[in-house]
Amino acid sequence: MKTRTRNAYLIPYVAWIVLFVVAPIVLIVYYSFQDIEGNWSLANYKHFFTPVYLNMTLSSFWYALLITLFSLLVAYPTAYLLTKAKHKRLWLLLIILPSWVNLLLKAYAFIGLFGTYGFANGFLEAMGLGRQQILFTDFSFVFVSVYIFIPFMLLPIFNALEEMNPSLIQASRDLGASAWTTFRRVVFPLTIDGVKSGCQAVFIPSLSLFMITRLIAGNRVITLGTAIEQHFLVTQDWGMGATIAVFLVLVMAVIMIVTGQRRKGARV
Amino acid sequence: MSRNRQWKWSNLYLIAVFAVLYAPILYLVYYSFNSGGTMHGYDGFTLEWYGEVFSDTRLLIIVLNTFVVALFSSAISTALGVIGALAIHRVRRLQAKNALLSLNNVLIVNPDVVIGASFLILFTMIGLKLGFGSVLISHIAFSVPIVVLMVLPKLQEMNPALIDAARDLGANSWDVLSKVVLPFIRPGIFAGFFMALTYSLDDFAVTFFVTGNGFSTLSVEIYSRARQGVALSINALSTLLFLFTILLVVGYYLINRRHNGKITEAGARP
Amino acid sequence: MKQIVRLFASVIIAAFALMYLTSYLNSEQGYTGGNTLTIYNWGDYIDEELIAKFEEETGVKVIYQTFDSNEAMLTKIAQGGTTYDIAVPSDYAISKMREEDLLLPIDKSKIPNLQYIDPKFMNLSFDPDNEYSVPYFWGTVGIVFNPELVDGKTFESWEDLWSPDLRNDILLVDSAREVIGMGLNSLGYSLNDTNEDHLQEALKKLNQLTPNVKALVGDEIKMLLANEEAAVGLVWSGDAAEILDENDKLDFVVPKEGSNVWFDNMVIPKTANNLEAAHQFINFMLDPENAAQNAEYVGYATPNSEALKLLPEDISGDERFYPPSEVTDKLEVYDNLGKKMLAHYNELFLEFKMHSK
Repeated sequence: MKTRTRNAYLIPYVAWIVLFVVAPIVLIVYYSFQDIEGNWSLANYKHFFTPVYLNMTLSSFWYALLITLFSLLVAYPTAYLLTKAKHKRLWLLLIILPSWVNLLLKAYAFIGLFGTYGFANGFLEAMGLGRQQILFTDFSFVFVSVYIFIPFMLLPIFNALEEMNPSLIQASRDLGASAWTTFRRVVFPLTIDGVKSGCQAVFIPSLSLFMITRLIAGNRVITLGTAIEQHFLVTQDWGMGATIAVFLVLVMAVIMIVTGQRRKGARV
Repeated sequence: MSRNRQWKWSNLYLIAVFAVLYAPILYLVYYSFNSGGTMHGYDGFTLEWYGEVFSDTRLLIIVLNTFVVALFSSAISTALGVIGALAIHRVRRLQAKNALLSLNNVLIVNPDVVIGASFLILFTMIGLKLGFGSVLISHIAFSVPIVVLMVLPKLQEMNPALIDAARDLGANSWDVLSKVVLPFIRPGIFAGFFMALTYSLDDFAVTFFVTGNGFSTLSVEIYSRARQGVALSINALSTLLFLFTILLVVGYYLINRRHNGKITEAGARP
Repeated sequence: MKQIVRLFASVIIAAFALMYLTSYLNSEQGYTGGNTLTIYNWGDYIDEELIAKFEEETGVKVIYQTFDSNEAMLTKIAQGGTTYDIAVPSDYAISKMREEDLLLPIDKSKIPNLQYIDPKFMNLSFDPDNEYSVPYFWGTVGIVFNPELVDGKTFESWEDLWSPDLRNDILLVDSAREVIGMGLNSLGYSLNDTNEDHLQEALKKLNQLTPNVKALVGDEIKMLLANEEAAVGLVWSGDAAEILDENDKLDFVVPKEGSNVWFDNMVIPKTANNLEAAHQFINFMLDPENAAQNAEYVGYATPNSEALKLLPEDISGDERFYPPSEVTDKLEVYDNLGKKMLAHYNELFLEFKMHSK
């Protein structure tokens, strides 16, 4: 009886996996072994290990790291303060809400805000710092990316903080620990799982950001995602695009396995 | 006194975060009233663009299409995702469980362009006509994993003794599911539903690939209209939609709170 | 449980209600009737009034869909699950579509207005005898600049872009053939050069330009240049016309070494449903009055010689956008270089972008 119900749940889910996960992966792997003229070859993989693509991969990882770090630095205190607020669920919803406005429109708004005659420069000038180039810099790219990913970092941390037993903090304070020690020794370790899944939810997608690399960074930042988009839509070199995609899927798998195992170890 | 100051600093921080989060949206709203016609240089106040939204039937049809796809896809993918989470939860072997989870995450981490392109190839092989159907199926497909991820932790939190107790009291498996399991994981289900809704409303790249034959959603339409610099009627439309969602969210929150209040009250009474 | 059921029920009911509303609006607008024409064109590349006029004249309901690159359009049409009656690809894309057998021949007896097209735009290499395509617009690639921001500097040659005065002042279109082509042209090579040494030389030359390049962008380039976000831009002539329209301080030149001339033609894809209406539409757009109205709205150059006569003198006499033949003689059409070469161009372009940093 028990096995039968288990199978019943698995049927629709596995059907979905086979159709929309396994089949696309198989197609991508298949394409990655085809050169631009449709012949079987390893040329794409050889090509991937040339300086151009390796450089791109490195810089892509570097920016993803920066974006993840800054998202964490902004999101953690916000989540912490939110858990202390009245109507915290409502505030949480209000943090997610801006992500429902079309990304392209927000990007255009940022172009306006960061432009030479935009609000940000007006502010800088009023402060006596003079006009700076903000748009099309590393700063604007990281800023807007963090802006996009904040909710994804914030949600899991918020949930972890919510689940934490408040009497633990009380106990720590009673034992004479300072606020900082309490945070370092009690709060942070207890919410590390939330931080981890937040970092996962930000790091991996930021490897494949596109559109804002052009709109906000003016193609001065090239991520793996931008390259994939170019290969699929512009060059129509689907094989090379698929090869980079295969690489991304592998990276994702490695990250999942590493963080997953650590968590397993912690539980045992 | 020092506590008082701390309170102020923390509020200031939150205000700053919210200000940044809402700055581009306020920017869009501000220029939706600009009679100058561009998002640059404010000429004067006008409601012209709002009038234009309501006279543009094609745009309205596209907005409706967007919502139809979002609602259907998030409802169906929530159902599928809950089933998926239950399935994963019941798998006992760790390796099989991890394998299923990794497969589940593939669609979340894959760049949209790759998902879109591979779905396009897939639909071509099956011979599916591009349009409403292909868009709906793709949206369901990429929303399922996020629902699974939202529901699964709730399932893992659940004490297995709860189910055993229900069984001992003579509940059959449907009763266990509907009276014990589903109510317990309800927050996860709702979170999953809203995330699916967000994904669907937001999606551009996948829809861009798999749509065709005159069917279009809002983000694809905005993208193709953006060639001229975004028309301010799009700003006006976004303003309206944004106000609508704020009302919906606040309304939902208030209703939910009252409702929850009732439940705890009722529960408290013996 | 009750709450979950309630949420789902309301969602499903709302979805069906919206769906009903959509189909009501659709049928009221005539989108679901039999006599429709689906047009697949670049974004904002037609005067919408002309669509309304066409609908009125013929009773055909037009569904207008847009694409943002030839490649995106090609992918969709090659996929086969779509039924576009008219598409408007550029020159090299037309020869690709011809090769891949994606087009239907055009019945010229149904298009009497073809006589108004200037013969120099007919019978071009990408479609000999115009068996499959009819000219829609044409244009060039050149430099837009803001005399105020560059202290009266003028631009006659591609070489002027490399001037050290222009640090961080130039916007380029994010398009491989335009940018690599600029490199090749500035060295005196052909836009269709496939010689590896020449290409590497062009890349080297382009890499020296990077200190001057502010960004590589897409369609936003029009907005950015009109808003004086940058002083100089590499753009298509039609975009330049729009930019100049927005901000009359700016100016446009086609450099003397030569540049690209391109054509966008109307075609009928193989999957078309309504051949009758498709021919009607092509003929309608070639009518001199309609073509003139469209050219005035879109800002690109019309190949229709009768329409040109109808245009106001300040448009048709503007040599920046209707260059005289001694300029056009130096311009080149992009050849279809084949997939492999095109991939190589894009690879070089990617290397150039990576060098930007």
